[in-house]
Amino acid sequence: MNWKTATLAATLAVAATAQAHAGPTVDSVKARGHLICGASQGTVGFGAPDEKGYWRGLDVETCRAVAVAVFGDKDKVEFVPLSGQQRIPALQTGEIDILPRTLTWTLQRDANGINFATPNYYEFTGFMVARSSGVTKVEEMTGASVCVQTGSTTEVVVNDVSSRLNLQLKPVVFDNVAATRQAFFSGRCDALITDASALASVRATQSKDPDGYVIFPATKYMDALTPAVRHGDDQWLDIVNWSIQALLNAEMYGITQANVDEMVVSGDPRIKRFLGVEPGNGKALGLDDKFAYNIVKQLGNYGEMFDRNVGKGSPLKIDRGPNKLFSDGGLMFPLAFQ
Amino acid sequence: MTITDTTPILGRPALATPPRRSRKPVVHVFFGDLAATSLTVATGFLLLSMIPAINWAVFDANWTTGDPATCREGGACWAFIAAKFRFIIFGVYPPDQQWRPLVVMGLIITMVLASLSPRLWGRKLAYGWVAAIAAMLTLMWGGVLGMALVPTSSWGGLPVTLLLALLSLGLGFPFAVFLALGRRSKLPVPRLLSILTIELVRGLPLVGLLFVASILLPLLLPAGWTIDKLGRTLAALTVFAAAYLAEVIRGGLQGLPPGQVEAAKALGIPGWKTVWHIVLPQALQKVIPPLTNTAIVMVKNTSLVLIVGVFDMLSASRVAATDPLWPAPYVESYVFVAAIYFVICFGISNYARWLESRVQARTYR
Repeated sequence: MNWKTATLAATLAVAATAQAHAGPTVDSVKARGHLICGASQGTVGFGAPDEKGYWRGLDVETCRAVAVAVFGDKDKVEFVPLSGQQRIPALQTGEIDILPRTLTWTLQRDANGINFATPNYYEFTGFMVARSSGVTKVEEMTGASVCVQTGSTTEVVVNDVSSRLNLQLKPVVFDNVAATRQAFFSGRCDALITDASALASVRATQSKDPDGYVIFPATKYMDALTPAVRHGDDQWLDIVNWSIQALLNAEMYGITQANVDEMVVSGDPRIKRFLGVEPGNGKALGLDDKFAYNIVKQLGNYGEMFDRNVGKGSPLKIDRGPNKLFSDGGLMFPLAFQ
Repeated sequence: MTITDTTPILGRPALATPPRRSRKPVVHVFFGDLAATSLTVATGFLLLSMIPAINWAVFDANWTTGDPATCREGGACWAFIAAKFRFIIFGVYPPDQQWRPLVVMGLIITMVLASLSPRLWGRKLAYGWVAAIAAMLTLMWGGVLGMALVPTSSWGGLPVTLLLALLSLGLGFPFAVFLALGRRSKLPVPRLLSILTIELVRGLPLVGLLFVASILLPLLLPAGWTIDKLGRTLAALTVFAAAYLAEVIRGGLQGLPPGQVEAAKALGIPGWKTVWHIVLPQALQKVIPPLTNTAIVMVKNTSLVLIVGVFDMLSASRVAATDPLWPAPYVESYVFVAAIYFVICFGISNYARWLESRVQARTYR
């Protein structure tokens, strides 16, 4: 791992020096006429082109929300597919304006040339077991065999969990993802471990009976997947932050894509401010005062976005879990829109 | 045959027809001796073991389906390929502009067919290629003549695969000729530069070059400069192709009898004319088989651009296979893409064989 860290550090150091052009991003975006977003090479539910080549997913729609805030049009976006190694350099060099690509907020990344906005998804490492086994949490897994991919971080998690809780888990190691999953579904092991969203997608795509499996967290640790922007452009960071906040606030106020036009005539002063009936919020960010209205009108609120892409309205059927609003017991925290 | 042999050809004992071999019974061919018997048995087992695969791929396969979820039960789910065909071929290119990559592929096929016969090779064809490539890039990009601008990040599928292969070979070839000539030059500077370039590039894996082009290059450029991602990828492929082609061409140059150049010198033909009209045509003709080999390798190498996020045909098929509505038909997508690569590469190799025989016939006429 050390040489990798060293390479990364060296790359980032070069990046930091090469990165003197901290002009206002919003101006160059406006001049260009569209936003450029880093996208994945196809992560179902988060960012992948559909069969018509139209990009869909939670990360993709987060990016579209920013496009709505700046242009009032969710389709004024260009998506640049990036591999895992490319994504941060692409942001640093100005190839893309914003990077919403299942990127975990970490100290090293934050300190080295990029800034994180607001998390749009909380991810955890999970176990998947057959519902018929009756197991619903890690503590009940004593003696279970676990299908795990060799060399992955989840292999470490299995050993950690096993020794910490004295579960005597038996890792069954495979050298590639497909083999690991196939082994699990053919009954080679009792549990499968990987990222919870990946588990959900595996369950949706590779099992004959998706309802026959349950997913639960393997550890108490959580990753905050967070869209990032370049260091040194506070105005742009604000715009991205408050575009995501608009999605969260809309859910808190109960404003949906369907009822947003009725909400405009609401008497609640907070909703009036939020939707830009009372001006001020948009102007402060250098945006249209109705930017939050536009976002909800075109994309819905965070809950709708979640359901449509990864939640119960999608084939992935991921549980809202930690991605509920704070008021519902989750981690998504809407900040005051005033 | 010696000059003293004056027998008329027709009267000679039948040299033209080989002696008839006595026909052995079929059983003898398959079970004649121990080697033949064991080979027959082994082949038989191999064929038998292929039955499930053939059943899977053909007889039990689902060619159409109403319910994607059960499509893979029993056999291969070719209905998936039918449903995703457009996406695998054109990738993320906007569907309403799809005629443009279609025309581009038509252009590529037309130009390739037009260039097949060596009789048509010449200045006109070269200009034709330059015009065709300009037209292809204009079509893909748009932004003029009322066509919507499509950024390279939205290009995808087979047109990208073909364009990358074509352009990396086409742009790499002239470089390769210079590198090969430079490496054999008596002047130290060009020779050392050529050796350095060739050995450096050949010493790096293509994956490494692609990473350098896609990640390090933008970091090293002056602030505010960006080169298009597809352009950088193409540059890496071109350099790679050039280094390998250069070594192939050098082989041809070395195989050329020194008498050719000496004769040209004796006739007072200027150096560059010697190279252009005497050395290169003969050298290149000698290396058609290894050139073909490099061309085929480069066509397949374009699939490596997947790792730097270019949406070529292989990336598109992988994304298509992750659609949760379909039950992970990875095997079907890979088989389909492999079939397309095979058709392209087999075509190149057959053409090269034909070309070889033709060019030889012309030489010895």
